Amino acid sequence: MHDAALSPVRTESRPWRTGLIIGVMALTFVLLLAPLAVVFAEALRNGLSAAVTSLSERDALSAIRLTLLVAAVAVPLNAVIGLAAAWAIAKFDFRGKAVLITLIDLPFSVSPVVAGLALVLLYGSHGLLGNWLVAQDVKVVFALPGLLLATLFITFPFVARELIPVMTEQGRAEEEAALTLGASGWHMFRTVTLPNVRWALLYGVLLCNARAMGEFGAVAVISGKIRGQTTTMPIMIEMLYNEYLSVAAFAMAALLAALALLTLALKSALEWRHADFLSATRRH
Amino acid sequence: MHIEIDEIAKSFNGTQALHPVSLSIPSGAMTALLGPSGSGKTTLLRIIAGLETASSGRILLDGKDATFTPVQQRRTGFVFQSYALFRHMTVQENIAYGLRARPRRERPSGEEISRRVECLLALIQLPEIGRRYPSQLSGGQRQRVALARALATEPRMLLLDEPFGALDARVRRDLRAGLREIHDATGLTTVFVTHDQEEALSLADQVAVMSMGRIEQVGQPRDVQERPATEFVKSFLETAPAL
Repeated sequence: MHDAALSPVRTESRPWRTGLIIGVMALTFVLLLAPLAVVFAEALRNGLSAAVTSLSERDALSAIRLTLLVAAVAVPLNAVIGLAAAWAIAKFDFRGKAVLITLIDLPFSVSPVVAGLALVLLYGSHGLLGNWLVAQDVKVVFALPGLLLATLFITFPFVARELIPVMTEQGRAEEEAALTLGASGWHMFRTVTLPNVRWALLYGVLLCNARAMGEFGAVAVISGKIRGQTTTMPIMIEMLYNEYLSVAAFAMAALLAALALLTLALKSALEWRHADFLSATRRH
Repeated sequence: MHIEIDEIAKSFNGTQALHPVSLSIPSGAMTALLGPSGSGKTTLLRIIAGLETASSGRILLDGKDATFTPVQQRRTGFVFQSYALFRHMTVQENIAYGLRARPRRERPSGEEISRRVECLLALIQLPEIGRRYPSQLSGGQRQRVALARALATEPRMLLLDEPFGALDARVRRDLRAGLREIHDATGLTTVFVTHDQEEALSLADQVAVMSMGRIEQVGQPRDVQERPATEFVKSFLETAPAL
């Protein structure tokens, strides 16, 4: 009777369960895996060398470099800002907290195209800050700063959203314990706060990175799509596709997808390597 | 360490958690702050530890004004209600935390730290659990590890917030005796918060009964029980068995 008490109650019959599992797997395959497979198949239609050649063109290389640069700047910045925002929201009570939480979600609810347009209106030559920026000889719109601002805006919520529930649930007790044991604020942050949220932080950073590399709408508006200068990989893909260069378009798309898959694989590898530690420290 | 609480008051966003209270906690004694939830006892304990700042009043530690001494420099051993063990560290690492957090020139050597950890594990009678994580311990074991961690830095006083609150009755009795033994062995000034009359009366040398942010009566357990000063103390202690 003991074993029966431990196994969960199931009301579904075995065929039902099998059917459900197969159904979910089939859906996942058709909806998620098949399109991805098609991208790779199309990219390699004329052989690997054709795909590699199309990726080694000057404009293609520039797009790849720009995308990596934007992600390399935007992701660390948003990781730090997101961590600070999550800490403030989870650990302190202050007026305007609800407003701050809503604001963090703003990029999720505003269409990226609208966000891009807003940035153009704000920083463009006829915009609110445009005249001043022109006077300072700073180019924001149709240049790298604009791309960065758009990407920062779009990817802002990812890290904070992952961290807020984890930090709220963990509360302040462990941090207070560190303080009573004589730890300085920075030592406490390094040895207690950060390790406790490291998985949520990693997950947020990966999501943030995937979106930073893949963002199209906002970046398309603010970049002006200047080939070889302000085109990132997603924009380059669209341009190539519209020019009927489908092998080049799909080769670039495959590379972008591969970058995303790489980050996903990285996360799984880390989780697998630390499986023992995770099972020991979760649900304390 | 003699703790002198001088007209300490605390309000949170307009609600008065503590009316000005004064209490003298003699060096080396074990004092219980006893009261129902919402009586301000935990707030008072956190103010002594430096985890909260008082709205007004002073805290004197051995006669020196410590009202604005930062929590890190108060050198209190604090045992939290839910123990607040660092979940990502082993028991050894938990206990060693306070020693490793010291600035380099005051930090003991690695060998000295592990020796101290071994001693403390022996003191709490759990010598074998050093490599485990907090989630792999029972409630009673966690409480003892929290106690060892608080003692590791050689604090000047030991403060405990509902130290036996989350434990079942039998474990509670064992740990109570254990805490008293450790207190008597170290001679540390000890203050613990509890809502359990029997716990306060059987364990403490001095009991401060609190209600609604005020201290109703201070005295030895027998005095408080035999000569309750107010109607509240009388009714609150009525449920406790005679000593």
